[in-house]
Amino acid sequence: MGKKVLMKGNEVIAEAAIRAGCKHYFGYPITPQSDISHYMAKQLPLIGGAFVQAESEIAAINMLYGAAGAGARAMTSSSSPGISLKQEGISYMSCAELPAVVVNIVRCGPGLGGILPAQGDYFQAVKGGGHGDYKMVVLAPASLQELYELTVEAFNIADKYRILTMIMGDGNLGQMMEPIEFKDKEDIYEANKSWATTGTQMKREHNTVTSIYIEAEVLEAHNNKLQSKYTEIASKEVRVEEYNTENADIIVTAYGTVARILKNVIKNAAKEGIKVGLIRPITLWPFPSEAFARNAEHTKAFLSVELSAGQMVEDVRLAVNGKKPVYFYGRTGGMIPTENEILKKIKDILEKQGG
Amino acid sequence: MEHKIIIAGFGGQGILSAGKMLAYAGMLENKSVSWLPSYGPEMRGGTANCNVIITDEQVGSPIVNDATVLIAMNTPSLDKYESWVQPGGAIIVDSSLVNRQIKREDVTVYYIPATELAEQAGNSTFANIYLLGKLIGHTNLIKPESFEASLYQTLREKYHHMIPAEMKILRDGMEYK
Repeated sequence: MGKKVLMKGNEVIAEAAIRAGCKHYFGYPITPQSDISHYMAKQLPLIGGAFVQAESEIAAINMLYGAAGAGARAMTSSSSPGISLKQEGISYMSCAELPAVVVNIVRCGPGLGGILPAQGDYFQAVKGGGHGDYKMVVLAPASLQELYELTVEAFNIADKYRILTMIMGDGNLGQMMEPIEFKDKEDIYEANKSWATTGTQMKREHNTVTSIYIEAEVLEAHNNKLQSKYTEIASKEVRVEEYNTENADIIVTAYGTVARILKNVIKNAAKEGIKVGLIRPITLWPFPSEAFARNAEHTKAFLSVELSAGQMVEDVRLAVNGKKPVYFYGRTGGMIPTENEILKKIKDILEKQGG
Repeated sequence: MEHKIIIAGFGGQGILSAGKMLAYAGMLENKSVSWLPSYGPEMRGGTANCNVIITDEQVGSPIVNDATVLIAMNTPSLDKYESWVQPGGAIIVDSSLVNRQIKREDVTVYYIPATELAEQAGNSTFANIYLLGKLIGHTNLIKPESFEASLYQTLREKYHHMIPAEMKILRDGMEYK
Protein backbone atom coordinates (compact mmCIF):
# COMPACT_ATOMS: atom_id res chain seq x y z
CA MET A 1 0.00 0.00 0.00
CA GLY A 2 1.25 3.48 -0.82
CA LYS A 3 0.93 6.60 1.28
CA LYS A 4 -2.39 8.25 1.95
CA VAL A 5 -3.67 10.95 -0.36
CA LEU A 6 -6.65 13.26 0.13
CA MET A 7 -8.89 13.15 -2.93
CA LYS A 8 -12.39 14.05 -4.07
CA GLY A 9 -14.74 11.11 -4.71
CA ASN A 10 -15.17 11.89 -8.40
CA GLU A 11 -11.41 12.00 -8.86
CA VAL A 12 -11.08 8.71 -7.01
CA ILE A 13 -13.38 7.08 -9.58
CA ALA A 14 -11.31 8.41 -12.48
CA GLU A 15 -7.98 7.46 -10.90
CA ALA A 16 -9.24 3.98 -9.98
CA ALA A 17 -10.52 3.43 -13.52
CA ILE A 18 -7.12 4.35 -14.97
CA ARG A 19 -5.43 2.02 -12.50
CA ALA A 20 -7.83 -0.72 -13.60
CA GLY A 21 -6.62 -0.29 -17.18
CA CYS A 22 -9.38 1.96 -18.51
CA LYS A 23 -7.89 4.05 -21.31
CA HIS A 24 -11.10 5.21 -22.97
CA TYR A 25 -13.64 7.57 -21.46
CA PHE A 26 -16.66 9.20 -23.08
CA GLY A 27 -18.79 11.71 -21.26
CA TYR A 28 -20.89 14.80 -21.32
CA PRO A 29 -20.66 17.23 -18.39
CA ILE A 30 -23.34 17.34 -15.71
CA THR A 31 -23.18 18.32 -12.04
CA PRO A 32 -22.27 16.75 -9.62
CA GLN A 33 -19.86 14.45 -11.47
CA SER A 34 -18.03 16.65 -13.97
CA ASP A 35 -14.75 16.27 -12.03
CA ILE A 36 -14.57 12.75 -13.49
CA SER A 37 -14.39 14.23 -17.00
CA HIS A 38 -11.88 16.87 -15.90
CA TYR A 39 -9.58 14.24 -14.45
CA MET A 40 -9.87 11.97 -17.47
CA ALA A 41 -9.31 14.86 -19.89
CA LYS A 42 -6.04 15.63 -18.12
CA GLN A 43 -4.78 12.11 -17.50
CA LEU A 44 -5.86 9.89 -20.42
CA PRO A 45 -3.81 11.67 -23.13
CA LEU A 46 -0.71 11.16 -20.95
CA ILE A 47 -1.08 7.38 -21.11
CA GLY A 48 -2.03 7.10 -24.76
CA GLY A 49 -5.75 6.84 -24.04
CA ALA A 50 -8.76 8.57 -25.52
CA PHE A 51 -10.87 11.17 -23.75
CA VAL A 52 -13.90 12.29 -25.71
CA GLN A 53 -16.33 14.94 -24.60
CA ALA A 54 -19.23 13.73 -26.68
CA GLU A 55 -21.95 15.92 -28.17
CA SER A 56 -24.52 14.31 -25.88
CA GLU A 57 -25.01 11.53 -23.34
CA ILE A 58 -26.52 9.36 -26.07
CA ALA A 59 -23.41 9.74 -28.21
CA ALA A 60 -21.22 8.93 -25.21
CA ILE A 61 -22.95 5.63 -24.42
CA ASN A 62 -22.74 4.59 -28.08
CA MET A 63 -19.03 5.44 -28.15
CA LEU A 64 -18.76 3.17 -25.12
CA TYR A 65 -20.50 0.44 -27.15
CA GLY A 66 -17.83 0.83 -29.81
CA ALA A 67 -14.85 0.82 -27.45
CA ALA A 68 -16.16 -2.15 -25.46
CA GLY A 69 -16.95 -3.96 -28.72
CA ALA A 70 -13.30 -3.59 -29.68
CA GLY A 71 -12.38 -5.22 -26.36
CA ALA A 72 -11.07 -2.13 -24.57
CA ARG A 73 -11.65 -1.30 -20.92
CA ALA A 74 -13.85 1.78 -21.17
CA MET A 75 -16.15 3.92 -19.06
CA THR A 76 -18.80 6.61 -19.20
CA SER A 77 -20.19 8.66 -16.34
CA SER A 78 -23.11 10.98 -15.81
CA SER A 79 -25.76 12.00 -13.32
CA SER A 80 -29.44 11.09 -13.22
CA PRO A 81 -30.96 12.99 -16.20
CA GLY A 82 -27.93 12.03 -18.28
CA ILE A 83 -28.22 8.38 -17.24
CA SER A 84 -31.86 8.43 -18.38
CA LEU A 85 -30.63 9.43 -21.84
CA LYS A 86 -28.21 6.50 -21.86
CA GLN A 87 -30.87 3.84 -21.23
CA GLU A 88 -31.24 2.77 -24.86
CA GLY A 89 -27.49 2.22 -25.13
CA ILE A 90 -27.46 0.35 -21.83
CA SER A 91 -30.12 -2.06 -23.08
CA TYR A 92 -28.26 -2.57 -26.40
CA MET A 93 -24.93 -3.17 -24.66
CA SER A 94 -26.57 -5.62 -22.28
CA CYS A 95 -27.98 -7.61 -25.18
CA ALA A 96 -24.65 -7.49 -27.02
CA GLU A 97 -22.93 -8.60 -23.79
CA LEU A 98 -20.44 -5.77 -23.84
CA PRO A 99 -18.38 -5.30 -20.70
CA ALA A 100 -18.03 -1.69 -19.55
CA VAL A 101 -18.52 0.56 -16.56
CA VAL A 102 -21.22 3.21 -16.23
CA VAL A 103 -21.02 5.67 -13.31
CA ASN A 104 -24.14 7.40 -11.98
CA ILE A 105 -23.52 10.12 -9.38
CA VAL A 106 -27.18 10.48 -8.58
CA ARG A 107 -28.87 13.85 -8.15
CA CYS A 108 -32.41 14.64 -7.09
CA GLY A 109 -35.27 14.22 -9.53
CA PRO A 110 -37.56 13.56 -11.18
CA GLY A 111 -37.03 15.63 -14.31
CA LEU A 112 -34.12 18.01 -14.44
CA GLY A 113 -34.69 18.14 -10.69
CA GLY A 114 -31.81 19.63 -8.72
CA ILE A 115 -28.13 18.91 -8.19
CA LEU A 116 -28.19 17.78 -4.56
CA PRO A 117 -27.68 14.18 -3.36
CA ALA A 118 -30.44 11.61 -3.89
CA GLN A 119 -31.09 7.89 -4.34
CA GLY A 120 -34.12 8.11 -6.60
CA ASP A 121 -32.49 6.11 -9.42
CA TYR A 122 -32.54 2.76 -7.59
CA PHE A 123 -35.42 1.35 -9.62
CA GLN A 124 -33.84 2.51 -12.88
CA ALA A 125 -30.53 0.88 -12.00
CA VAL A 126 -31.67 -2.48 -10.61
CA LYS A 127 -35.02 -3.11 -12.28
CA GLY A 128 -33.98 -2.05 -15.77
CA GLY A 129 -34.31 1.56 -16.93
CA GLY A 130 -34.01 0.41 -20.51
CA HIS A 131 -36.20 -2.10 -22.30
CA GLY A 132 -36.05 -5.87 -22.22
CA ASP A 133 -34.90 -8.50 -19.74
CA TYR A 134 -31.42 -7.39 -18.76
CA LYS A 135 -29.47 -6.77 -15.59
CA MET A 136 -26.47 -4.67 -14.66
CA VAL A 137 -24.31 -5.36 -11.63
CA VAL A 138 -24.86 -2.26 -9.47
CA LEU A 139 -22.24 -1.33 -6.87
CA ALA A 140 -22.96 1.21 -4.12
CA PRO A 141 -19.85 2.33 -2.20
CA ALA A 142 -20.13 4.24 1.09
CA SER A 143 -16.60 5.54 1.54
CA LEU A 144 -13.93 6.77 -0.83
CA GLN A 145 -11.60 3.85 -0.05
CA GLU A 146 -14.45 1.51 -0.97
CA LEU A 147 -15.25 3.64 -4.02
CA TYR A 148 -11.68 3.10 -5.22
CA GLU A 149 -11.71 -0.64 -4.63
CA LEU A 150 -15.15 -1.17 -6.15
CA THR A 151 -14.33 0.87 -9.25
CA VAL A 152 -11.44 -1.49 -9.97
CA GLU A 153 -13.70 -4.42 -9.17
CA ALA A 154 -16.40 -3.04 -11.50
CA PHE A 155 -14.05 -3.48 -14.47
CA ASN A 156 -13.12 -6.99 -13.37
CA ILE A 157 -16.75 -8.07 -12.95
CA ALA A 158 -17.65 -6.52 -16.31
CA ASP A 159 -14.90 -8.44 -18.11
CA LYS A 160 -15.46 -11.68 -16.24
CA TYR A 161 -19.15 -11.93 -17.13
CA ARG A 162 -19.36 -9.68 -20.22
CA ILE A 163 -21.84 -7.41 -18.43
CA LEU A 164 -22.31 -3.73 -17.68
CA THR A 165 -21.49 -2.71 -14.14
CA MET A 166 -22.77 0.50 -12.66
CA ILE A 167 -21.13 2.47 -9.85
CA MET A 168 -23.95 4.25 -8.07
CA GLY A 169 -23.05 7.11 -5.75
CA ASP A 170 -24.63 10.38 -4.74
CA GLY A 171 -23.41 13.96 -4.90
CA ASN A 172 -21.93 13.76 -1.40
CA LEU A 173 -19.80 10.76 -2.33
CA GLY A 174 -18.64 12.47 -5.52
CA GLN A 175 -17.85 15.81 -3.91
CA MET A 176 -16.39 14.83 -0.54
CA MET A 177 -12.72 14.23 0.22
CA GLU A 178 -11.31 11.43 2.32
CA PRO A 179 -7.85 9.87 2.58
CA ILE A 180 -7.24 7.05 0.10
CA GLU A 181 -4.53 4.44 0.14
CA PHE A 182 -3.87 3.19 -3.37
CA LYS A 183 -2.29 -0.22 -3.90
CA ASP A 184 1.02 -0.46 -5.70
CA LYS A 185 -0.57 -2.78 -8.22
CA GLU A 186 -4.20 -3.66 -8.93
CA ASP A 187 -5.58 -7.17 -9.31
CA ILE A 188 -6.73 -7.16 -12.90
CA TYR A 189 -8.92 -9.96 -14.28
CA GLU A 190 -7.42 -10.89 -17.64
CA ALA A 191 -10.38 -11.82 -19.82
CA ASN A 192 -10.20 -13.73 -23.07
CA LYS A 193 -11.72 -11.26 -25.52
CA SER A 194 -11.49 -13.39 -28.64
CA TRP A 195 -15.07 -12.23 -29.40
CA ALA A 196 -13.99 -8.59 -29.82
CA THR A 197 -14.23 -6.89 -33.21
CA THR A 198 -10.58 -6.00 -33.60
CA GLY A 199 -10.08 -6.75 -37.30
CA THR A 200 -9.49 -10.23 -38.73
CA GLN A 201 -6.20 -9.43 -40.49
CA MET A 202 -7.58 -12.01 -42.99
CA LYS A 203 -6.58 -14.74 -40.52
CA ARG A 204 -9.93 -15.66 -38.98
CA GLU A 205 -13.68 -15.49 -39.49
CA HIS A 206 -15.08 -12.08 -38.62
CA ASN A 207 -16.61 -11.50 -35.18
CA THR A 208 -20.06 -9.98 -34.76
CA VAL A 209 -21.22 -7.84 -31.87
CA THR A 210 -24.94 -7.28 -32.16
CA SER A 211 -28.16 -6.77 -30.27
CA ILE A 212 -30.50 -7.76 -33.06
CA TYR A 213 -31.88 -11.31 -33.24
CA ILE A 214 -34.84 -11.40 -35.61
CA GLU A 215 -35.78 -15.07 -35.23
CA ALA A 216 -37.83 -15.92 -32.16
CA GLU A 217 -36.05 -19.20 -31.39
CA VAL A 218 -32.66 -17.56 -31.63
CA LEU A 219 -33.61 -14.58 -29.48
CA GLU A 220 -35.19 -16.79 -26.83
CA ALA A 221 -32.03 -18.90 -26.71
CA HIS A 222 -30.00 -15.71 -26.34
CA ASN A 223 -32.30 -14.54 -23.53
CA ASN A 224 -31.90 -17.89 -21.79
CA LYS A 225 -28.14 -17.51 -22.01
CA LEU A 226 -28.35 -14.02 -20.48
CA GLN A 227 -30.61 -15.28 -17.70
CA SER A 228 -28.30 -18.14 -16.77
CA LYS A 229 -25.44 -15.64 -16.62
CA TYR A 230 -27.50 -13.45 -14.27
CA THR A 231 -28.29 -16.49 -12.11
CA GLU A 232 -24.59 -17.28 -11.84
CA ILE A 233 -23.77 -13.67 -10.90
CA ALA A 234 -26.55 -13.65 -8.29
CA SER A 235 -24.99 -16.71 -6.65
CA LYS A 236 -21.39 -15.45 -6.74
CA GLU A 237 -21.23 -11.68 -6.61
CA VAL A 238 -23.43 -10.56 -3.71
CA ARG A 239 -21.65 -8.10 -1.45
CA VAL A 240 -23.08 -6.86 1.84
CA GLU A 241 -21.93 -5.39 5.14
CA GLU A 242 -23.66 -6.57 8.30
CA TYR A 243 -22.96 -4.47 11.37
CA ASN A 244 -24.20 -5.08 14.90
CA THR A 245 -27.04 -7.31 13.63
CA GLU A 246 -26.72 -10.00 16.31
CA ASN A 247 -29.26 -9.38 19.09
CA ALA A 248 -30.46 -6.21 17.36
CA ASP A 249 -34.00 -5.14 18.31
CA ILE A 250 -34.36 -3.48 14.95
CA ILE A 251 -32.26 -3.62 11.81
CA VAL A 252 -31.87 -0.50 9.73
CA THR A 253 -30.74 -0.62 6.13
CA ALA A 254 -29.37 1.88 3.66
CA TYR A 255 -26.80 1.97 0.92
CA GLY A 256 -24.06 4.47 0.09
CA THR A 257 -23.50 7.56 2.20
CA VAL A 258 -26.86 7.16 4.00
CA ALA A 259 -25.49 4.02 5.67
CA ARG A 260 -22.82 6.21 7.27
CA ILE A 261 -25.51 8.37 8.88
CA LEU A 262 -27.05 5.15 10.19
CA LYS A 263 -23.76 4.12 11.81
CA ASN A 264 -23.84 7.36 13.79
CA VAL A 265 -27.48 6.65 14.69
CA ILE A 266 -26.51 3.17 15.92
CA LYS A 267 -23.86 4.69 18.20
CA ASN A 268 -26.33 7.26 19.58
CA ALA A 269 -29.03 4.61 20.06
CA ALA A 270 -26.61 2.36 21.99
CA LYS A 271 -26.10 5.21 24.49
CA GLU A 272 -29.84 5.02 25.20
CA GLY A 273 -29.77 1.24 25.46
CA ILE A 274 -31.44 0.60 22.07
CA LYS A 275 -29.83 -2.18 20.05
CA VAL A 276 -29.84 -1.27 16.38
CA GLY A 277 -28.17 -3.31 13.64
CA LEU A 278 -27.32 -2.40 10.06
CA ILE A 279 -27.46 -4.29 6.79
CA ARG A 280 -25.71 -2.29 4.09
CA PRO A 281 -26.17 -3.68 0.57
CA ILE A 282 -22.93 -3.08 -1.36
CA THR A 283 -24.32 -4.74 -4.48
CA LEU A 284 -27.80 -3.37 -5.16
CA TRP A 285 -28.06 -6.00 -7.87
CA PRO A 286 -27.56 -8.77 -7.04
CA PHE A 287 -29.48 -7.78 -3.89
CA PRO A 288 -28.30 -9.38 -0.61
CA SER A 289 -31.69 -10.96 0.11
CA GLU A 290 -30.21 -13.79 2.17
CA ALA A 291 -28.85 -11.38 4.81
CA PHE A 292 -32.35 -9.96 5.31
CA ALA A 293 -34.07 -13.35 5.37
CA ARG A 294 -31.60 -14.73 7.92
CA ASN A 295 -31.85 -11.71 10.24
CA ALA A 296 -35.66 -11.72 9.98
CA GLU A 297 -35.56 -14.81 12.22
CA HIS A 298 -34.43 -12.88 15.29
CA THR A 299 -34.95 -9.12 14.92
CA LYS A 300 -38.27 -7.37 15.59
CA ALA A 301 -38.49 -5.08 12.57
CA PHE A 302 -36.63 -3.53 9.66
CA LEU A 303 -36.33 0.11 8.64
CA SER A 304 -35.12 1.18 5.21
CA VAL A 305 -33.74 4.73 5.09
CA GLU A 306 -33.35 6.25 1.65
CA LEU A 307 -32.96 9.54 -0.19
CA SER A 308 -36.04 8.56 -2.17
CA ALA A 309 -39.78 8.12 -1.74
CA GLY A 310 -39.25 4.39 -1.10
CA GLN A 311 -37.50 2.21 -3.67
CA MET A 312 -35.01 -0.24 -2.11
CA VAL A 313 -37.62 -0.89 0.60
CA GLU A 314 -39.50 -3.01 -1.98
CA ASP A 315 -36.56 -5.40 -2.29
CA VAL A 316 -36.24 -5.48 1.49
CA ARG A 317 -39.92 -6.47 1.76
CA LEU A 318 -39.44 -9.23 -0.85
CA ALA A 319 -36.42 -10.55 1.05
CA VAL A 320 -38.11 -10.41 4.47
CA ASN A 321 -41.17 -12.03 2.89
CA GLY A 322 -43.66 -10.99 5.53
CA LYS A 323 -41.77 -12.51 8.46
CA LYS A 324 -41.32 -9.13 10.16
CA PRO A 325 -42.67 -5.64 9.55
CA VAL A 326 -40.62 -3.48 7.18
CA TYR A 327 -40.80 0.30 7.68
CA PHE A 328 -39.57 3.14 5.54
CA TYR A 329 -38.14 6.59 6.15
CA GLY A 330 -37.06 8.78 3.26
CA ARG A 331 -36.29 12.34 2.27
CA THR A 332 -36.30 13.70 -1.27
CA GLY A 333 -35.37 16.82 -3.19
CA GLY A 334 -31.80 16.84 -1.88
CA MET A 335 -32.87 16.89 1.78
CA ILE A 336 -30.83 14.54 3.98
CA PRO A 337 -32.27 12.99 7.14
CA THR A 338 -30.52 13.93 10.37
CA GLU A 339 -29.41 11.38 12.94
CA ASN A 340 -32.07 12.64 15.38
CA GLU A 341 -34.86 12.27 12.83
CA ILE A 342 -33.92 8.65 12.19
CA LEU A 343 -33.51 7.81 15.88
CA LYS A 344 -36.98 9.20 16.55
CA LYS A 345 -38.41 7.00 13.80
CA ILE A 346 -36.65 3.96 15.32
CA LYS A 347 -38.14 4.74 18.75
CA ASP A 348 -41.62 5.13 17.26
CA ILE A 349 -41.33 1.74 15.54
CA LEU A 350 -40.07 -0.05 18.64
CA GLU A 351 -42.91 1.43 20.67
CA LYS A 352 -45.36 0.05 18.11
CA GLN A 353 -43.63 -3.34 18.24
CA GLY A 354 -43.98 -3.43 22.03
CA GLY A 355 -40.49 -2.32 23.11
CA MET B 1 -11.06 13.26 20.23
CA GLU B 2 -13.60 14.10 17.59
CA HIS B 3 -14.18 17.52 16.05
CA LYS B 4 -16.97 18.36 13.63
CA ILE B 5 -16.33 21.69 12.03
CA ILE B 6 -18.39 24.03 9.86
CA ILE B 7 -16.53 26.79 8.01
CA ALA B 8 -18.85 29.24 6.27
CA GLY B 9 -18.71 32.59 4.52
CA PHE B 10 -18.63 34.18 1.07
CA GLY B 11 -17.17 32.48 -1.98
CA GLY B 12 -13.62 33.80 -2.41
CA GLN B 13 -12.74 33.98 1.29
CA GLY B 14 -10.90 30.69 1.13
CA ILE B 15 -13.64 28.77 2.93
CA LEU B 16 -13.24 25.51 1.02
CA SER B 17 -9.45 25.68 0.93
CA ALA B 18 -9.26 26.40 4.67
CA GLY B 19 -11.23 23.21 5.27
CA LYS B 20 -9.05 21.25 2.87
CA MET B 21 -5.81 22.38 4.53
CA LEU B 22 -7.22 21.47 7.94
CA ALA B 23 -8.34 18.01 6.78
CA TYR B 24 -5.01 17.43 5.08
CA ALA B 25 -3.11 18.33 8.25
CA GLY B 26 -5.33 15.91 10.21
CA MET B 27 -4.53 13.17 7.71
CA LEU B 28 -0.79 13.85 8.14
CA GLU B 29 -1.28 13.12 11.85
CA ASN B 30 -2.89 9.80 10.89
CA LYS B 31 -6.32 10.89 12.07
CA SER B 32 -9.47 9.88 10.28
CA VAL B 33 -10.73 12.90 8.32
CA SER B 34 -13.42 13.97 5.86
CA TRP B 35 -14.13 17.17 3.93
CA LEU B 36 -17.51 17.87 2.38
CA PRO B 37 -18.15 21.08 0.44
CA SER B 38 -21.46 22.75 -0.22
CA TYR B 39 -21.92 22.31 -3.93
CA GLY B 40 -25.53 23.40 -4.13
CA PRO B 41 -26.90 26.34 -6.06
CA GLU B 42 -26.26 28.60 -3.06
CA MET B 43 -22.60 28.80 -4.12
CA ARG B 44 -23.50 30.93 -7.10
CA GLY B 45 -25.46 33.24 -4.82
CA GLY B 46 -22.24 33.98 -3.02
CA THR B 47 -22.07 31.82 0.09
CA ALA B 48 -19.82 28.82 0.55
CA ASN B 49 -19.38 26.35 3.35
CA CYS B 50 -17.69 23.10 4.12
CA ASN B 51 -17.89 20.38 6.76
CA VAL B 52 -14.67 18.95 8.15
CA ILE B 53 -14.46 16.02 10.56
CA ILE B 54 -11.23 15.09 12.30
CA THR B 55 -11.36 12.16 14.69
CA ASP B 56 -9.25 9.45 16.32
CA GLU B 57 -11.96 6.92 15.42
CA GLN B 58 -13.55 6.23 12.02
CA VAL B 59 -15.48 9.11 10.44
CA GLY B 60 -19.15 8.16 10.31
CA SER B 61 -21.27 10.46 8.20
CA PRO B 62 -19.29 13.33 6.65
CA ILE B 63 -22.30 15.60 7.15
CA VAL B 64 -22.10 17.97 10.13
CA ASN B 65 -25.30 19.22 11.71
CA ASP B 66 -24.04 19.25 15.31
CA ALA B 67 -20.75 21.12 15.06
CA THR B 68 -18.14 21.32 17.80
CA VAL B 69 -16.71 24.45 16.14
CA LEU B 70 -18.20 26.96 13.71
CA ILE B 71 -16.08 29.51 11.86
CA ALA B 72 -18.40 32.21 10.48
CA MET B 73 -16.91 34.69 8.03
CA ASN B 74 -20.07 36.64 7.30
CA THR B 75 -23.41 37.46 8.94
CA PRO B 76 -25.63 35.19 6.78
CA SER B 77 -23.41 32.22 7.73
CA LEU B 78 -23.68 33.04 11.42
CA ASP B 79 -27.47 33.42 11.06
CA LYS B 80 -27.72 30.02 9.39
CA TYR B 81 -25.33 27.97 11.50
CA GLU B 82 -25.37 29.53 14.99
CA SER B 83 -27.96 26.99 16.12
CA TRP B 84 -26.04 24.07 14.56
CA VAL B 85 -23.28 24.20 17.21
CA GLN B 86 -23.38 21.69 20.07
CA PRO B 87 -23.80 23.10 23.58
CA GLY B 88 -20.27 23.55 24.91
CA GLY B 89 -18.92 24.05 21.39
CA ALA B 90 -17.20 27.13 20.03
CA ILE B 91 -18.07 29.84 17.52
CA ILE B 92 -15.27 31.85 15.93
CA VAL B 93 -16.42 34.90 13.98
CA ASP B 94 -14.64 37.33 11.73
CA SER B 95 -15.84 40.46 13.51
CA SER B 96 -14.52 42.62 10.65
CA LEU B 97 -17.43 41.30 8.60
CA VAL B 98 -20.00 40.04 11.08
CA ASN B 99 -22.00 42.90 12.48
CA ARG B 100 -23.74 41.28 15.44
CA GLN B 101 -23.13 39.43 18.70
CA ILE B 102 -23.84 35.72 19.30
CA LYS B 103 -27.23 35.14 20.91
CA ARG B 104 -26.33 31.86 22.62
CA GLU B 105 -24.76 31.60 26.05
CA ASP B 106 -23.89 27.88 26.04
CA VAL B 107 -20.93 28.15 23.64
CA THR B 108 -17.45 29.70 23.75
CA VAL B 109 -17.27 32.70 21.43
CA TYR B 110 -14.27 34.39 19.85
CA TYR B 111 -14.72 37.70 18.03
CA ILE B 112 -11.64 38.25 15.89
CA PRO B 113 -11.34 41.11 13.38
CA ALA B 114 -9.50 38.66 11.14
CA THR B 115 -9.87 40.50 7.84
CA GLU B 116 -8.49 43.72 9.36
CA LEU B 117 -5.67 41.89 11.17
CA ALA B 118 -4.72 40.01 8.01
CA GLU B 119 -4.77 43.27 6.04
CA GLN B 120 -2.45 44.87 8.60
CA ALA B 121 -0.16 41.86 8.23
CA GLY B 122 -0.07 42.50 4.51
CA ASN B 123 -2.61 40.13 2.95
CA SER B 124 -6.36 40.25 3.62
CA THR B 125 -6.85 36.84 1.95
CA PHE B 126 -5.17 35.25 5.00
CA ALA B 127 -8.16 36.06 7.23
CA ASN B 128 -9.20 32.41 6.97
CA ILE B 129 -5.78 31.35 8.32
CA TYR B 130 -6.15 33.73 11.27
CA LEU B 131 -9.46 32.09 12.21
CA LEU B 132 -8.08 28.58 11.66
CA GLY B 133 -5.31 29.58 14.07
CA LYS B 134 -7.91 30.30 16.74
CA LEU B 135 -9.63 26.99 15.98
CA ILE B 136 -6.35 25.11 16.44
CA GLY B 137 -5.50 27.15 19.55
CA HIS B 138 -8.92 26.46 21.09
CA THR B 139 -9.15 22.75 20.25
CA ASN B 140 -5.53 21.52 20.04
CA LEU B 141 -6.97 19.52 17.17
CA ILE B 142 -3.72 19.37 15.21
CA LYS B 143 -0.17 20.65 15.67
CA PRO B 144 0.73 23.86 13.80
CA GLU B 145 3.68 21.95 12.32
CA SER B 146 1.24 19.58 10.60
CA PHE B 147 -0.59 22.58 9.16
CA GLU B 148 2.70 23.90 7.83
CA ALA B 149 3.48 20.53 6.26
CA SER B 150 0.02 20.47 4.67
CA LEU B 151 0.68 23.90 3.12
CA TYR B 152 3.96 22.72 1.62
CA GLN B 153 2.32 19.57 0.26
CA THR B 154 -0.88 21.09 -1.14
CA LEU B 155 0.19 24.53 -2.43
CA ARG B 156 1.94 24.85 -5.75
CA GLU B 157 5.64 25.65 -5.44
CA LYS B 158 5.25 29.19 -6.72
CA TYR B 159 3.24 29.98 -3.56
CA HIS B 160 5.69 28.40 -1.12
CA HIS B 161 7.38 31.71 -0.41
CA MET B 162 4.14 32.87 1.24
CA ILE B 163 4.03 30.02 3.75
CA PRO B 164 6.20 31.65 6.47
CA ALA B 165 3.82 34.65 6.47
CA GLU B 166 0.80 32.33 6.65
CA MET B 167 2.32 30.44 9.55
CA LYS B 168 2.96 33.69 11.43
CA ILE B 169 -0.71 34.60 10.99
CA LEU B 170 -1.77 31.11 12.10
CA ARG B 171 0.30 31.44 15.28
CA ASP B 172 -1.03 34.97 15.92
CA GLY B 173 -4.53 33.54 15.53
CA MET B 174 -3.79 30.73 17.99
CA GLU B 175 -2.73 33.26 20.62
CA TYR B 176 -5.41 35.88 19.95
CA LYS B 177 -7.25 36.76 23.17
